[in-house]
Amino acid sequence: MIPAPFSYKRASSVDEALDLAASDGDDAKYLAGGHSLLPLMKLRLAVPQTLVDIGRLDELSYVREEDGHIAVGALTKHAELADSDLLAREVPLLRHAAGQVGDPQVRHCGTIGGSLAHADPAADLPAVLLALDATLVARGPEGSREIPAGQFFRGLFETALEPGELLTEIRILKPAAPAWSFQKFTKRAIDWAIVGVALQGGKVALVNMGPTPLRATAVERALTAGAGAADAAALAADGTSPSEDLTASRRYREHLARVLVRRALEESASRA
Amino acid sequence: MKLTVTVNGSPVDAEVADRMLLVHFLRDRAGLTGTNVGCDTSSCGACTVLLDGRSVKSCTVLAAQADGREVVTVEGLASDGELHPVQRAFHAEHGLQCGFCTPGMVMAAVSLLEENPSPTEPEVRAALEGNICRCTGYHNIVRAVLAAASERQQR
Repeated sequence: MIPAPFSYKRASSVDEALDLAASDGDDAKYLAGGHSLLPLMKLRLAVPQTLVDIGRLDELSYVREEDGHIAVGALTKHAELADSDLLAREVPLLRHAAGQVGDPQVRHCGTIGGSLAHADPAADLPAVLLALDATLVARGPEGSREIPAGQFFRGLFETALEPGELLTEIRILKPAAPAWSFQKFTKRAIDWAIVGVALQGGKVALVNMGPTPLRATAVERALTAGAGAADAAALAADGTSPSEDLTASRRYREHLARVLVRRALEESASRA
Repeated sequence: MKLTVTVNGSPVDAEVADRMLLVHFLRDRAGLTGTNVGCDTSSCGACTVLLDGRSVKSCTVLAAQADGREVVTVEGLASDGELHPVQRAFHAEHGLQCGFCTPGMVMAAVSLLEENPSPTEPEVRAALEGNICRCTGYHNIVRAVLAAASERQQR
């Protein structure tokens, strides 16, 4: 399978990337690691006219501490997140989940920003950043702006990014509560999650339980009101709208959400 | 576009379509057919090569993305007529059946041992999660990777 023809342009700075994307309007896409975009292009489900390769913008690849929060460059690869000592210390949820994305070859290419901007509801990291209440930084021709993770995911493969806007950084406040868990249920090791759960403190986010990653608000409210793990987890499918596909029916996904949230609550309690 | 990729230590210059995939560049332009196209959907790992030293699936990388970078294919592992330790271990442990997945398995194993020189058996199995052996010959493949690791340790 070969993608439909497109024109390839390589950016050597963020400003150049913005200029290159702007010159092709809505028909340009940024290419980071390419492990979400290229498969869709090979299936001709995505047919951009221009690819602006941002893969060599090393200025966007870092994990560092900045007054009270952890800043992650959007082009940081999953393998680098999974290998980060700083994340191991400060945000172990993100480090662990990044090591569960795809397989080693995918993690050597795929980037955190690419995963977020692609906004596949079955992807792992969007839900993780939702549970971490992260702030996403985007740059456009008008300058930078901050977007809370909770307002970033708008629909299936749809985000708050404007055409031409580039996700540059993810900011994560150091979690106050140490309890975390990441649960991912797949048929084969490398598959996308049928359902997944990211938990940090009292915040619970769901993978693949609707067109966007979701916070399990009913579970969170029950926990705040003092419910135990089993009672809170029973509410995991409330307010969700999972799709039906070859891997799972809606009812099966709802069942998995309840089971995985309970496991996440139990595992995180052992870390608290 | 015009590009230059260093393949197995030698520069390969070519004029290619922007949409050319790295695996087709390696097979059709560099003439190195050891890298197989299996599933063509970044699932099976048969097309695994090293890009700047780390394993990638070359069916999901554009040739353009490799411009100016270093690629190593299975043909680049042996030196001076001597098999690479991982190749030798796959031979000694019979880490193959039909052989189709073997180049990708070997390259994934080489990348693993660069990152983790002494993996445990579960770590080897986890590290090969992106490579599928349709003959299901996994036991000997895992044995071969562990043998290569212990040979590396002894050297």
